[in-house]
Amino acid sequence: MSQPSLSEALRGVVRRDLLLAMRHRSDVAMSVFFVVIVASLFPLGVGPEPAVLRMIASGVLWVTALLACLLSLGRLFTADYLDGVLEQTLLIPQPLAVLVVGKVFSHWVISGLPVVLLSPLLGLQFGLSGESLGVLTLSLLLGTPTLSMIGAIGAALTLGLRGSGLLVALLVLPLFIPVLIFGAGAVTNSLAGIGSEANLSLLGACFLFSFAFAPWATAVALRIALE
Amino acid sequence: MFQTVALSGSRGERLLFSDISVTVKPGSLLAVVGENGSGKTSFLRMLCGLLSPDKGTILWQGKDIRQLKELYSAQLTYIGHLNGIKDELTPVENLTVSACLAGDESAREVVQKALEAVGLGRPVHRLPTRVLSQGQKRRVALARLWLSTRPLWLLDEPFASLDVTATSYLTRHLQSHLSHGGMVVVATHQEIDLPSDCVQHLRLTR
Amino acid sequence: MSATGINWFKYSSPQAFHPLAGRMIPWFAAAAAGLILVGLYVGFFIAPTDATQGDAYRIIFVHVPAAWMSMFLYVIMAIWAGIGLGLNARPSFMMAQAIAPTGAMFTFLALFTGSMWGKPTWGAWWVWDARLTSELILLFQYIGIILLRSSIDDLRRADRASAVLALVGVVNVPIIYFSVKWWNTLHQGASVSITAAPTMAGTMVTAMLVMMVGFWMYSIAVTLARVRCVIIERERQPSWGKSASLPDVAEAR
Repeated sequence: MSQPSLSEALRGVVRRDLLLAMRHRSDVAMSVFFVVIVASLFPLGVGPEPAVLRMIASGVLWVTALLACLLSLGRLFTADYLDGVLEQTLLIPQPLAVLVVGKVFSHWVISGLPVVLLSPLLGLQFGLSGESLGVLTLSLLLGTPTLSMIGAIGAALTLGLRGSGLLVALLVLPLFIPVLIFGAGAVTNSLAGIGSEANLSLLGACFLFSFAFAPWATAVALRIALE
Repeated sequence: MFQTVALSGSRGERLLFSDISVTVKPGSLLAVVGENGSGKTSFLRMLCGLLSPDKGTILWQGKDIRQLKELYSAQLTYIGHLNGIKDELTPVENLTVSACLAGDESAREVVQKALEAVGLGRPVHRLPTRVLSQGQKRRVALARLWLSTRPLWLLDEPFASLDVTATSYLTRHLQSHLSHGGMVVVATHQEIDLPSDCVQHLRLTR
Repeated sequence: MSATGINWFKYSSPQAFHPLAGRMIPWFAAAAAGLILVGLYVGFFIAPTDATQGDAYRIIFVHVPAAWMSMFLYVIMAIWAGIGLGLNARPSFMMAQAIAPTGAMFTFLALFTGSMWGKPTWGAWWVWDARLTSELILLFQYIGIILLRSSIDDLRRADRASAVLALVGVVNVPIIYFSVKWWNTLHQGASVSITAAPTMAGTMVTAMLVMMVGFWMYSIAVTLARVRCVIIERERQPSWGKSASLPDVAEAR
């Protein structure tokens, strides 16, 4: 009988996904380019008036990051499901919820973290500066992992279903909305001079809550999908 | 020791099998045979704990596997229809990761020896798995068995897409596993070339 | 069991529950019709005109009970889903499946009547205030559960996946309920609570409560009817289905 320790199993799962991402560097690039392109659509559509852009900045950038997360959810479990790696993961003798955290973490590093790192530049494009830029980055830093964790539940529930891309969006967007409201609200408040601490703390609370429950719900959903 | 008690299973609306009770003792192999669609894969997946049976229990050392959960998964190696390997990684990388995640020995030398034991020579070890043939990919998946130290092996059609040489490698390795007190449950179409005193058959009919 | 005169376990099998539900439906339907008519009469004709809003406010006699029902039904659906997952019981999943469309209907009704109320009072067909927004999210959640179920062919997986989704979405219900307190927005504060004295006139409260109970009766009647359809769809056993009521359904299908 042989058993990996929890940290060994976690490290193994994360390392495999990061190794795969390095072979497919386009995955990282895709998230980044998507966010840049979509964020650029708004000034083109709405007009380049700085006051208007500053007003819509928090919403636009947050929605863009949210959509980028949504579109990348298909890559979270589907490949593993199709080649049999997912059922092997279910058989690892460690709590599946912890392994799910590992998968979501590597997924976030590939798709979410680049968006967070890019956000100050995008914020500048929209006329944000100083404190509000910092709040934007911080809100995305707290928010994007939360979105990934909540999104993982949807990805697991719709694993292998036809039309799952659109279905995941429908299932997961209602759960994304509180995160969006707090995140964008933090930046808007910061711009208006009202403190953003309340929204940021609520965002932090969402992060902790989803970290506590979402992996477990995802694990349950994965077992259901693999029966 | 491994046992199923009155196991019944269905897939969707269709009843696959009912009231199956078998015992697999250390050193023996259970060959699950039946036509396509008779439920061999579902049976094996139930033994893994991936699928819930309609009725009945599965016992490992006398305890229900649903109670044992991770303690039970630590006792088995499962190789299903799907290979469970990543096309973008090399065979060495794939096997190293699998071994790590199983808590097995994963040093480079050991992994390469395992690949050679299934008939994959060194030149192939550093190629991405995507360029290998189906048979070679299957061998990479099966190479895990040469690293596994777990007593129970659950194999779904392991001989499919293997040529004669690889089949004999695998058969000899299974025999060695059995002689060390291991247990094997195999879903297969083919006859397995092993002494009949350690092989029992379970036929699933539609 | 025999001391109470009714053996409840007998009705936990779908075959036995089907005729029982059939007998219960007319009573609940009648109660629903009666109570809703009374409630609407009191609300539209007897309750006094509001000092600030005039007669436009009367839509609340539909809007508020509908909103409450949307939240209650979601929680009840989630409870059935949880029982189904915990006990691996198909009848529980059937109940959850039967409740979802009615819950969605009440949510839509609440949003629709809320919009009708909003126009004369706030000047807009729709405002993004906290309670309306979270009620909209609730509608999306109902629809998501129904869509997920219909996207999965395998019945067992469909049951369990939609149950997980229902339970995950329960988090939203307290948010809707408390959203009016947490965000200072256009919506009224809660004017009826269990502990504080209501701030509306007595007849208004009566009308709303009567409507609530009427909606409850309606929900039970409709859910039972739907469960019967679900039972027939799933069980499809010709041996027990030979009673007089079933052939109509079979032909309609």
